Amino acid sequence: MKNFAYARAQDADTAVQLITQNQNAKFLSGGTNLVDLMRENIEQPDHLIDVTGLPLAQVEELPGGGVSIGALVRNSHLAANQIIRERYPVLSQAILMGASAQIRNMATTGGNLMQRTRCYYFYDTDARCNKREPGTGCDALEGFNRIHAILGASDDCIATHPSDMCVALAALDATVHVTGTGVERTIPIVEFHRLPEDTPQIDTNLQPDELITSVELPALPFARNSMYRKVRDRASYAFALVSVAAALEVEDGTIKNVRLALGGVAHKPWRATEAEKVLTGAKADEEIFKRAAAEELKAARGYKHNSFKIELAERTIVSVLKTLASEGGAR
Amino acid sequence: MSETNSGGREFADRTVPVILQINGIKHELQLEPRVSLLDALREYVGLTGTKKGCNQGACGACTVLVDNERINSCFALAVQYQDREITTIEGVAHSDQLHALQAAFIECDGFQCGYCTPGQICSAIAMFEEFKQGAPSAVTEHLAETEIEFSEAEIKERMSGNLCRCGAYVGIVEAIREAFDKEAAR
Amino acid sequence: MSARIVKPGAIGQPFSRVDGRLKVTGKATFAAEYKVENVAHGALVFSQIARGKIKNIETSAARNAPGVILVLTHENAPEMKKTPVFGSDSEEMGAASSSILYLNTDEVYFNGQPVAVVVAETLEQAEHAATLVAVEYEEKQAKLILQAEKPDAVLPEHIPGEPSDLKQGDAEGALAEALYKVDNIYTTPPFNHNAIELHATLAEWSEDEKSLTVYDSTQYVIGVQEMLAKKFSLRKENVRVIGSFVGGGFGGKGNAWAHVSLTVAAAKVVKRPVKLVLSREGVHLSVGGRTPTEQRVALAANDVGKLTALIHTGFTQTTEHNNFAEQFTFPARHLYKSENIWLRQEMVHLDIVPNTFMRAPGESPGTFALESAIDELAHEMGIDPIELRARNEPDRDPVKDLPFSMRNIKEAYRVGAEMFGWSKRHAAPRTMRDGRFLIGCGVATAFYPAYQFPAAARVEIHADGTAIAQSAMHEMGMGSATAQAQNLADELGLSFEQVRFEYGDSNFPYAPVAGGSNSTISVGAAVKAACDDAKKKIHGLVGEDDASPLKGTRFDEVEFREGGIYRRDDATKGETFHAILRRFEEDKIEGEGEAAPGAESEKYSMGSYGALFCEVRVDEETGEVRVSRFLGVYDCGKIINPKTASSQWRGGITMGIGMALTEEALFDVRKGRIVNPSLAEYHLPVNLDVPNIEIHFLDIPDPLTPMGAHGVGEIGITGVAAAVANAVFNATGKRIRDLPITLDKLL
Repeated sequence: MKNFAYARAQDADTAVQLITQNQNAKFLSGGTNLVDLMRENIEQPDHLIDVTGLPLAQVEELPGGGVSIGALVRNSHLAANQIIRERYPVLSQAILMGASAQIRNMATTGGNLMQRTRCYYFYDTDARCNKREPGTGCDALEGFNRIHAILGASDDCIATHPSDMCVALAALDATVHVTGTGVERTIPIVEFHRLPEDTPQIDTNLQPDELITSVELPALPFARNSMYRKVRDRASYAFALVSVAAALEVEDGTIKNVRLALGGVAHKPWRATEAEKVLTGAKADEEIFKRAAAEELKAARGYKHNSFKIELAERTIVSVLKTLASEGGAR
Repeated sequence: MSETNSGGREFADRTVPVILQINGIKHELQLEPRVSLLDALREYVGLTGTKKGCNQGACGACTVLVDNERINSCFALAVQYQDREITTIEGVAHSDQLHALQAAFIECDGFQCGYCTPGQICSAIAMFEEFKQGAPSAVTEHLAETEIEFSEAEIKERMSGNLCRCGAYVGIVEAIREAFDKEAAR
Repeated sequence: MSARIVKPGAIGQPFSRVDGRLKVTGKATFAAEYKVENVAHGALVFSQIARGKIKNIETSAARNAPGVILVLTHENAPEMKKTPVFGSDSEEMGAASSSILYLNTDEVYFNGQPVAVVVAETLEQAEHAATLVAVEYEEKQAKLILQAEKPDAVLPEHIPGEPSDLKQGDAEGALAEALYKVDNIYTTPPFNHNAIELHATLAEWSEDEKSLTVYDSTQYVIGVQEMLAKKFSLRKENVRVIGSFVGGGFGGKGNAWAHVSLTVAAAKVVKRPVKLVLSREGVHLSVGGRTPTEQRVALAANDVGKLTALIHTGFTQTTEHNNFAEQFTFPARHLYKSENIWLRQEMVHLDIVPNTFMRAPGESPGTFALESAIDELAHEMGIDPIELRARNEPDRDPVKDLPFSMRNIKEAYRVGAEMFGWSKRHAAPRTMRDGRFLIGCGVATAFYPAYQFPAAARVEIHADGTAIAQSAMHEMGMGSATAQAQNLADELGLSFEQVRFEYGDSNFPYAPVAGGSNSTISVGAAVKAACDDAKKKIHGLVGEDDASPLKGTRFDEVEFREGGIYRRDDATKGETFHAILRRFEEDKIEGEGEAAPGAESEKYSMGSYGALFCEVRVDEETGEVRVSRFLGVYDCGKIINPKTASSQWRGGITMGIGMALTEEALFDVRKGRIVNPSLAEYHLPVNLDVPNIEIHFLDIPDPLTPMGAHGVGEIGITGVAAAVANAVFNATGKRIRDLPITLDKLL
């Protein structure tokens, strides 16, 4: 790891100021991804601004029923938060299925949003990778791509976003609050991460001088009936091949509300809007679940090793919706 | 080492003074910011009980407790962990008296080569604290409830961040049960 | 030789590990943890191409980086002589992993070959400076694809001690005419041992450069000692290799890989101790793993289920620079009686990191193919797979035509079937379920030969009534030190608490590599010989001593128990070691001994066996497989320590579960690079993947082996992948012949 200069910011303004004033600077919080990438020589910042001292570690109920999650709330604390467990179980589950207890104790809400892909070729600095070194090509296209994207990929990059938490946030219509030089703004979670297009080196729509301060969950009463299913190569401590976050409200056999998002399938957490359209207002049965899943995956494209993900995603969507429909509002 | 301009007085590069509180003892070190807590313990303090198994956050051998919570010390920059109470395997026993879990690991053969063992033990101690506080896991069936059964599946899931290549998982779970079952039942 | 009567003593008791306290307190010292003054840190630079020549190696940026003391390349490295490669045909065993002269050549033979060592004041400085070394290559066409090189496959002269092509009768002919047959190809991917302790070497030269001390994470201290002595032209006795605690090996630390001699060379040049710990990526790149295999198994049977043909052939990959055939046809040589047999193993030579042995080399992938095929035949014929195995149980070794020294497979299956509740299993696939989970059960046979190698030991009986034995044996978690302490206690008639066993130091008497499950009996026999020597010496003192109640006794008229010597015919007549040594004013009595396998080993077929039972749950929707129950019933002779032996079996089964379901090193044939050199992406089983594995052992002594025992380190992994695959077939109706059984194969 290249050495770097280190500073510890005590408030958001100072942090933003420091990142604007210094070349090649990055914010550091839990370190569970950035330190890893620095050790692999993928990230080589000259300056690190430690933001863990900022007073952003609270989970607060908002008037109107929403919840604000400070950017420095650690993953384990968020998953164990009673409000989240009761009102947004999909979020607790998604976090708990990610990484390990040790990592969840370090990783923060803001940091989780900033995770970078686990593509093998992104990690191997001897390989070609447009995300790591723009213009070099993509070794995953013709290489081992079993873990890669089936939706929204480009010829320049077929990497996936590795987060579980973000998939739940996508289903929950979360918004990301950020602060930059003199400007604060909110970004809907589905617009926070990008598709690769021809600039896969840019993961998110966050500006270089912007700092995530909190994530807001809207009041979503039916999210009490929500869940996360993660399909992976071992029982625990593995990234998703496919994951599904969903919330469902069924009234008199008809789908009143549904939120559906997929993980492990795209460069960003994939909000399944096509499926939601099919589902909303329809009779809640297996047939419509299958149709909705198929509709969402119509645009999917498989590569040499990952075509199975298309069927796997469909099956997992159906399975999750069936479970939520049968459990109704009981949860 | 950084060859760029140091960016003003807020930044410290090259080496910086780092004070670590480890097992109740204060260690005053001079470290580069890039030194991980794991390497600080092993190479600069000389506490080699904490192990390096991957340096990738993927095996849990480097698990230590920080303010009684478990973390992977390979992902922690030492400079970030000043003013925190760090406990390593060397601080788990009280002088000659083994922690109940250490004794149970011996009795239940919760290890073979012993390399992942310090991480397993530190991890399990914090795991039980998390459990007592009602924290859920990925296998917790009723997420909203804080009364969770101390079941085999719960232990296994909660300990899945600690790899054991010798495959001593059965003994590890047994040892955890032997050390904590009584208290869990309370 | 007759069976030794095993007296009640320490052997057979479930003692906790002698090193347990050190391990649970973090005080066990592994190679990288020895405190050596003024130590510098090393880091490796790996090649980025698979085959070619180094055209230019630019080191100035690295040399000028802060803290850097040395950048060692082929341009400035000291000469390191060529030494025998492990498994080569030379007189000595050899410890080198390959014949590549790392840093004494500009040739690149595989992607990941170490091409430079950077030494710096701190670990961080060394690791960073290593990234600053820039290498230019003249690339050559590399051979990287097994399938492509098959036409040039070679038939090795032998696969460890056995012919690589063996025909009895006309197996193909019998297969063609058979009433029942199965004939399929099975593949296993490359595996990496991935011991959690990273390979580490710490080398310290004496000031005069005539002697060398090396702390190394090795399974073979004597081999490393011999290798380093030769490489650096030192007297062997001036090289000391210490590896007291080794954080798992599984074969991956049995050879000395490139970093060992390179660390020693670097220390010589910088005239300071150097410590080098491989990164996890470095382990995957520069330490070989298990070769992938492509195996054909064809079985033919007559109408009553007797085998008329057994064919097991196939390919593994290796390099021009090493010498290891993964002997996957070994199980087929010993497990089943068949009228016609054809076994053949070929190897293709590729430009890859040299392959090596990994837990039960050969038997592990071999049993996957063979035991899957037996299950397929049983299904084809509608015969219970345990019954089919029983019908083909040989009464003599099928290929050696020798009697078995012991063999209780049928009994293992009988006991196992009862414990597991095998009779409740539905033979028809897809007929057991629990909600969305399909349930399946499978069996398979575990097999591993019983090996004994020459070994030596010394023992000291002290005046205080305690004893110490020493041998350059290894303890990587196998429980060897505990088992040998039990052996020592029983040999000398002392209690377990009164003895200690020292190991892992080349200064101790010779011991072989920790491999082939040989340690327990190899070293056990040497300890016995050393104890006999010491006992004779003590008896020699008292037998002619007027002051002793044992005066006039012959050696065979006395016994050693409770810390002393007593007449067999009069238990009251005798005296303690303490009393004897005090009277003769001696601190201690020393004994030395050597042992080697006896002639019996040539006259008998000696192996260990097991009956494995597995239950899986398969998520019908996602194809995810989880092992929900596992039982191993083992026939491995007398068990020295049920507690530590059970851990060995469970550990092997756990690694077998990984082999079956999750593990695979992804080798990108375009560049010859392993692309998942990480414990995040090379999936070892985690705690939740492994059920509460049940173990039972028959504990029937082998009349021909020391202590009646067999080693138990390897057998645990054998058969496991087949048991899982057979259970998956029973659950889903899908036969997976290509490991690992990932969910995409079951959708």
